[in-house]
Amino acid sequence: MQKNIQINQHGELQHLLTIEGLPASMLHHILDTAESFVGVTEREVKKVPLLRGKAIFNLFFEPSTRTRTTFEIAAKRLSADVLNLNISASSQSKGETMLDTVNNLSAMQADMFIVRHSQSGAAHLIARHVAPEIHVINAGDGRHAHPTQALLDMYTIRHYKRDFHELKVAIVGDVMHSRVARSQIHALTTLGVPEVRVIAPRTLLPRGVEKLGVHPYDDMKKGLKDVDVLLMLRLQNERMQGALLPSAQEYFKYYGLTPEKLALARPDAIVMHPGPMNRGLEIDSAVADGPQSVILPQVTFGIAVRMAVMSILAGN
Amino acid sequence: MKIHIGNGRLIDPASATDRVADLFIAAGRIVSIDEKPEGFHANQEIDASGQIVCPGLVDLSVRLREPGFEYRATLESEMQAAVAGGVTSLACPPDTDPPLDEPGLVEMLKHKAKNLNLAHVYPIGAMTQGLLGADLTEMAELRDAGCMAFCHADKPITNTLVMMRAMQYAATFDLSVWLRAQDASLSRIGVAHEGEVATRLGLPGIPTVAETIALSKILMLARDTGARIHLCRISSSEGLEMVREAKREGLPVTCDVSANHVHLSEMDIGFFDSNCHLVPPLRSLRDRDAIRRALAEGVIDAICSDHTPVDDDAKLLPFGESEAGATGLELLLPLVLKWAEDDRIPLVEALARITSRPAGILGIEAGAIAVGKPADLCIYDPEQYWKVEPKSLKSQGKNTPFLGYEVKGKVICTLVDGHIVHRPH
Repeated sequence: MQKNIQINQHGELQHLLTIEGLPASMLHHILDTAESFVGVTEREVKKVPLLRGKAIFNLFFEPSTRTRTTFEIAAKRLSADVLNLNISASSQSKGETMLDTVNNLSAMQADMFIVRHSQSGAAHLIARHVAPEIHVINAGDGRHAHPTQALLDMYTIRHYKRDFHELKVAIVGDVMHSRVARSQIHALTTLGVPEVRVIAPRTLLPRGVEKLGVHPYDDMKKGLKDVDVLLMLRLQNERMQGALLPSAQEYFKYYGLTPEKLALARPDAIVMHPGPMNRGLEIDSAVADGPQSVILPQVTFGIAVRMAVMSILAGN
Repeated sequence: MKIHIGNGRLIDPASATDRVADLFIAAGRIVSIDEKPEGFHANQEIDASGQIVCPGLVDLSVRLREPGFEYRATLESEMQAAVAGGVTSLACPPDTDPPLDEPGLVEMLKHKAKNLNLAHVYPIGAMTQGLLGADLTEMAELRDAGCMAFCHADKPITNTLVMMRAMQYAATFDLSVWLRAQDASLSRIGVAHEGEVATRLGLPGIPTVAETIALSKILMLARDTGARIHLCRISSSEGLEMVREAKREGLPVTCDVSANHVHLSEMDIGFFDSNCHLVPPLRSLRDRDAIRRALAEGVIDAICSDHTPVDDDAKLLPFGESEAGATGLELLLPLVLKWAEDDRIPLVEALARITSRPAGILGIEAGAIAVGKPADLCIYDPEQYWKVEPKSLKSQGKNTPFLGYEVKGKVICTLVDGHIVHRPH
């Protein structure tokens, strides 16, 4: 059995691969550090010299613009040198293995890898094979984990709701294929949220999801009753194939977040979404742009949270 | 060559023997037990004091990787691994490249194996040409070339009509059909048991119904066609219940599991250990316990290694992209001994699962120690511990979930047809 390699022998964060197994104190430490960086992002000169001279490689084996950009901004605000590599387009097509690519880049004196890959476990594999001084941040691996997204979601919840211990939180949508949902579930249960619900048709709920400590609902109207926080998930268009869902129209009718369905939640409930949104599929524009939406602040906090993770890793 | 093996604890499951005895071997066969035959002068004396002498192991599933996959392993490396593990007879599935679907290939494999003079190799023929699940192979010709049975390796036969015809045709010649129960569409994208661990790790799952649906199809066709069926690598509690029921009904079915599944479960995947990427997938602890129960009851007839050497590059990939399978020839004996010790199974019962019972399924004269029988023997030290690590394995494949484990039971001598084929030091 392989051990969890993201914590070093001193109990500090060596890599950030998954939220699972991280103690609540460590999550709060990351959120507290992020809070100190929010000020930086609001200054005229949005830079601190914490990572000056460090080389950070954005290793994206799967295309992504938004996540890559936010990591890039975060690294630059910490004064690091950032290199973006779109691997799917280069070496992989020439038959080089993922670990060959990583070894080559390590030889270029990389200090940190930000990894996105379509396969669950890719970031773990890389972390297990890099030199001990290199840190790995998982920016999304298959269906498994997207820890910085979950952390920025937790930051947002803490910002608006202050305390996690009395909240009802609902995660709505394609939980089956979502790395975001898995990381959110671990983060919410670790931070002491007493009731986490997942809402989706049964084709989009993984078997045994309740073992992760959540309450599954297939009726959105029941699932949204009295919730404080709604975490909407992105529904990929390809889910309309493979007998998972019959049509976008039917999905929107039963699982799309409309003002009418939102009214079932608590009046002060907040609505979040990791982006990019499919308006009219999982969320109605009236909700996405409405007063309860905190989707844009999420993006701003995301930069501070990623700065926090990078600076903590670089310090360990 | 005359050999005298003295003072060993002789365990022969076929005759329910477990006692200290001497063996006398001449001209490749056992000529006497206990009493030294008149005029017998041994060329070689083997003192087996404190050691166990049992029939050479019979392994029902060993991928030798030849022809076609020599970069993963060669016939020679894997045959060395076999005898190092005490395995003297092995059946190899037809998923080579090209598949074993014509007599010439089978003859060539048998010929190459024979020249190595190590373990006996028994090819299992492909049921359909190219293992494509469409056209039948020349099963009778293949039998004449040396195929002991027919199977479809891990490839699906999606067309039920083809499966029925293959069984009818095999039954015509009284050939046995070996099948692995896995519904193709329910397992197509899966890489792990659809359960708690796959859900947590975000790995596409293979549900238990993928096994039970396929199994019910096989059993119904077996009932209908009268074909002799051997069920390979059953992995679930529900599947075993169906086998138990089929046996109770009197259907001519037998069943095996892999040694990995006797000990491991989905939990062993930990954080994406690709050595635990196996086919069928490691299932829940409940399934593993059901396997052990079914073994003790005899619902499962045999334990095989399901030996699948994979090169390092094919395992150094994210779990879902890594190649499935584990090396196993050298671990079969210690894993069976561990099961026997854990579950307090008498040795004679435990060893039956890797000697007499699989020999019966394969239909070969092996797996028993008796006067006049070929001297295929395994002598092992039951108390010797050894560590599973790449350098301790002769197989070219170093991929096993048991890397780093201390196991008990070390083969110290293997004989095939009265010749010593493995004796370290």
